[in-house]
Amino acid sequence: MKISVIDRDGNKNLLEGDNNSTLMEVIRDQGLDIEAACGGCCACATCHVYINDKWLDKLNPKDDEEESMLDQAFDVKKNSRLSCQIELSDELDGLELELASE
Amino acid sequence: MIEKTDVIIIGAGPVGLFAIFELGLLNISCHIIDNLDKPGGQCAELYPEKPIYDIPSRISITGQELADELVAQAKPFKPVYHLSQQVEKITKLESNEWLVETSINKKIQSRCLVIAGGAGSFVPRKIPLKNIDHLEEKNIFYAIRDKFNFRGSKLLIAGGGDSALDWTNELSKIADVTLIHRRKEFKAAPDSVSKMLKLEKEKIINFSIGQIQNIEELKNDKIKVIVKNDEKINNYEVDFLLPFFGLKMELGPIADWGLKLDENLIKVDTKKFETSEPSIFAIGDINTYPGKLKLILSGFHEAALMAQECFKYCFPNKKNVFRYTTSSKDLQKKLNS
Repeated sequence: MKISVIDRDGNKNLLEGDNNSTLMEVIRDQGLDIEAACGGCCACATCHVYINDKWLDKLNPKDDEEESMLDQAFDVKKNSRLSCQIELSDELDGLELELASE
Repeated sequence: MIEKTDVIIIGAGPVGLFAIFELGLLNISCHIIDNLDKPGGQCAELYPEKPIYDIPSRISITGQELADELVAQAKPFKPVYHLSQQVEKITKLESNEWLVETSINKKIQSRCLVIAGGAGSFVPRKIPLKNIDHLEEKNIFYAIRDKFNFRGSKLLIAGGGDSALDWTNELSKIADVTLIHRRKEFKAAPDSVSKMLKLEKEKIINFSIGQIQNIEELKNDKIKVIVKNDEKINNYEVDFLLPFFGLKMELGPIADWGLKLDENLIKVDTKKFETSEPSIFAIGDINTYPGKLKLILSGFHEAALMAQECFKYCFPNKKNVFRYTTSSKDLQKKLNS
C-alpha cells in the first residue's frame, strides 16, 4: 500500500505502508521529520497530521484521549489527527495527508 | 557554596533513579538533577496512568507506580534531589572532578557524571510562529515565576489543561483575564473547570473558543493576538499572552558538552557505558550503541555496568568485591535501614 505525505517544505513523498503499522511508524521509519516523542502511546502531540478530507471518514474515529492530546497541538483543524492513533489497513491504500507544523 | 558528592546523575527518570540504587550498592553517593518538579521523567510526566508491561516480574505497572517504587527502592541510599532545574554547564576541574552548574545557580561537584537524560529536558511547548522569539519574557510567558508581575494588566491565557485553568482562576484575582481554548471541553481537573465556569458566569473572566493564528507587536508595548474560531477572527489587544500547551522534550545544553554524538544520541561503549569523555557516562534512552533498544529494562542493565566502572573512579585504591543482595549482610543492613 502507498501513502502520500506532504512534508513541511511542501514536497510530496510516496511512502510504502503496511497493515501491521500505525501511520506514525511508517512516516517516522521512512525518515520524514516527525518527532513522535512518546513513541506512539498518545501521550504527546508531536505526530500531528492533516488528513486529506476525502479520506477522513475511512479512518478509525478519534477517541477522547486523542482529542485531549490535540489540545497541545498548534493550528488544530477539523482534519487534524495524531498519526500514532491511525492503524493502517489495505483500505487506506492511497491515503493522502500533510505533516502539521512542529 | 559548592555541594560535593561521588556521582551526579542528570535526569531523574526510571533509569536515573535505578542508577542511584546500583551506585548505592557500591557505597557510591549521588545527587540527582531534573528539570521537572518531580522524579519519574517521562513515566511521571507523559504517561503516569498508562500501563507498562515489559518490566521484569511486573505483569503490569503504571508509569507513576514505577516512578514511585524506584524512588522508594533508591531511598536507603539517601540520594539528594535537585528538581525544577536544568544542568546548564559542566566544567572539568584540575582535580579531574566535575563541577556542575544548574539553571538556578546551584553548584555541585563530583568525581563522575551520569547522563540519564532520556529524550531531553521537559520544557514548555512554544507557539510555532516565526518572528515572535523577541516577545518572549516581554509579552509572552510560557511559565510564571512571579504572578504579581501581571497585577492590573490585561491577559490572554491559552490552553485547556491544568496550568491554563489554574492560572486563569488564580490571576483573575489581580488581572483582567481572557481564556481561549480550541474547544469547550477541558482536560484540566473538573474542580478547576467548574471554578473557571463560575468566574465566567459572574463575568470576572472571559472565555472564548478559538486558536491563536498570529501575534503582532503594537507600538504601546502591547501585542495583538489574532484568534481564529472556524472562520471567525477575533483580535485581542493585551499586555501579556500566557500560552500553556503542555511540555515537550529538548536535548538542551547536553548537545554542547563536546561528547561524541550520533543523531543527538550520546555514543557509549557497551562494557562501561562511558562516553567519549572519561568519567562521563550515559545510560538509558539518551545513549546509542550497536543493537541499542530504547527500553527501560535496557537502561537498568546499563546502570548496573556503569556503576561498576564508577567505583574505579570513586575509590581507586579499593577492591570491588562483587556481592549479591541475597547474601551480603552488609547490603541487607543498608537496604533495611
